[in-house]
Amino acid sequence: MSDNNSSKDNWPLWEVFTQPKSGKPHEHAGSLHASDKEMALQNARDTYARRNEGVSIWVVESKHITASTPDDMGPFFDPANDKPYRHPQFYSVPRAVKKRS
Amino acid sequence: MTTESKELTKQEAFLAYILRLADDRLILGQRMSEWCGHGPQLEEDLAMANIALDLIGHATALYEYAGEVEGKGHDEDHFAYFRDDRDFTNLQLCELPKGDFGFTIARLFLFSAFSYFQYQRLKEANDEQFSGMINKHLKEIKYHLRHSREWVLRLGDGTEESHNRIQESFDDLWMYTDELFYMDEVDELMIKEGLGTDSTEFKDEWKNLVEDTLTEATLTAPNWDQFMMSGSRKGIHTEHLGHMLAQMQFLRRSYPDAEWK
Repeated sequence: MSDNNSSKDNWPLWEVFTQPKSGKPHEHAGSLHASDKEMALQNARDTYARRNEGVSIWVVESKHITASTPDDMGPFFDPANDKPYRHPQFYSVPRAVKKRS
Repeated sequence: MTTESKELTKQEAFLAYILRLADDRLILGQRMSEWCGHGPQLEEDLAMANIALDLIGHATALYEYAGEVEGKGHDEDHFAYFRDDRDFTNLQLCELPKGDFGFTIARLFLFSAFSYFQYQRLKEANDEQFSGMINKHLKEIKYHLRHSREWVLRLGDGTEESHNRIQESFDDLWMYTDELFYMDEVDELMIKEGLGTDSTEFKDEWKNLVEDTLTEATLTAPNWDQFMMSGSRKGIHTEHLGHMLAQMQFLRRSYPDAEWK
């Protein structure tokens, strides 16, 4: 179609999240272009949910997502490395609990 | 056709009835598949290919069952590839060339709305295997209706060009809508046997859905009282079906022993 490019520019980008089964968290499945939220949902169904991938879909316009930048990596994520007590693995599991599992 | 001259048996009528349903879906599915790789957007390309596959899947299941009902050992390929245009009893609406995106959407909407009301009733049919199939396909039909309806709203109430083009598509398609409600001795016998639907029962519902959608889309429903095409359930078609079948059936007929393995 002759207006292929212009329509592509006009359609916003959406992020798609699918829930594999109820009770599980929605996971990022990918992104797509759509004219509005209803069409985004329908396109998500066709693109990411045709093979039994889930029971629920969320779509959100990509521009509404605030993401950390590579510059944030140090201040955001480094401190975790020298504080092992923040990880559950730091603590030893009592023998009684181990047995049960 | 032989169905006209002699007293129709239940088996003959059921076979004819299933083939009408299957032919509609195969031919429309083939038309929808022509969009594969040509959609206005990648996402819509996928959507249309998916719908095409749904329709062809419905046709395959129906043809398979038609083979059982007929009892002559014919499989789905026989019905799809080894009949000629006069043997096909699909609606003319389904065989029209795909046109532009608006035309494809307008046609899919009119057809899906009809299928939706028809299948709602057919799922109660007095034949477990048949009604089970119908019930399964109904889920996908609901999606086809939703998808095409949403597009009718957006194209109608979109730009001036999209509005004019889809209005023109509905104007062009209108004379093929009366056939949706065509009924003959096949339908009568099927209704009597609890296997078919009386389409007069849901004609108003269908009209209301179509008119309401067009109004919401700022479009004008064309005049119902105009010249209407007829004859497809007796094998009378537009010139477009033969060309389509030539393309669709060529490979299978040239290499009848070829297998998907």
